[in-house]
Amino acid sequence: MQVTKTERFPIRVQSDVVVVRQKVRNWTIELGLSLIDQTKVITAASELARNTLEYGGGGEVELASLKNDIGKNGLRLIFEDQGPGIPDINLALTDGYTSGGGLGMGLSGSRRLMNEFNIESEVGKGTRVTVIKWK
Amino acid sequence: MERIPILKLGSFLLVTIQVDMHDELAVRLQDDLTTKIVDSSARGVLIDISALDIVDSFIGRMLAGIASMSKILDAQTVVVGMQPAVAITLVELGLSLDGIKTALNVDRGMKLLRDSLELSEDENLAAGEANGEFESIHASDEN
Ligand SMILES: Nc1ncnc2c1ncn2[C@@H]1O[C@H](COP(=O)(O)OP(=O)(O)OP(=O)(O)O)[C@@H](O)[C@H]1O
Ligand SMILES: [Mg+2]
Repeated sequence: MQVTKTERFPIRVQSDVVVVRQKVRNWTIELGLSLIDQTKVITAASELARNTLEYGGGGEVELASLKNDIGKNGLRLIFEDQGPGIPDINLALTDGYTSGGGLGMGLSGSRRLMNEFNIESEVGKGTRVTVIKWK
Repeated sequence: MERIPILKLGSFLLVTIQVDMHDELAVRLQDDLTTKIVDSSARGVLIDISALDIVDSFIGRMLAGIASMSKILDAQTVVVGMQPAVAITLVELGLSLDGIKTALNVDRGMKLLRDSLELSEDENLAAGEANGEFESIHASDEN
């Protein structure tokens, strides 16, 4: 797998979440995703960026253009924070589980909306959520 | 302070969401609508989301919140103009938006509200019905 382009954006305040949605939107268009896939990726990005802000205490997102071994193009998003971490990832990924006042659909829903989904988290250290959409 | 405008159309309120809202703006809209429903004794609320590229769990929660809040205040909420891609994505995200009435566009949303409220034989609405068109109700409201 080859990374052809990357860009990073801060997620420190609410308006950053709006910027992340706009940037991700531009990248999905550039990748040539269908309108439905664009919508899915932007929605997942919105969920994950908000989690980074609300639970992770802020962090960053890295957008990356990918080309896999058979020449397929994709978009990877990595959301990273140095917040409290997630003690039980399986629980966090359960539909409807929230430790705040949410619907508990952000993580599990984003997993459904993307092709690849991975969470690394360490209590007291932080959380990194990596998602990929292939064209 | 940035706000989303709320228009009064006879006994209905119309909100057209044209910007990519940050969360605080969405919360503010919910608060403003609550006040406005009470102040204007509105019977219906139309929320036009045709300009929204996405509806995520936060916006979904806000829409559901407005719908249940308005119900308590004896007004009905209809969400109009949701793009098909948005609807498909919402389902996959896992949001059912149960209890939220939807319509294809503002006109149909108005009709839906009128039809369901007609049952309550509200006088204001009878007047709105006579006017018929969206524009004329809007115009008469501004006088
Ligand atoms: N970056 C993070 N750092 C720490 N905890 C997190 C992080 N992201 C998610 N979590 C935990 O996982 C739970 C589930 O997240 P998810 O996004 O699915 O739901 P939510 O944010 O609570 O509600 P919703 O997204 O539906 O509004 C959160 O309530 C929180 O406890
Ligand atoms: Mg969330």
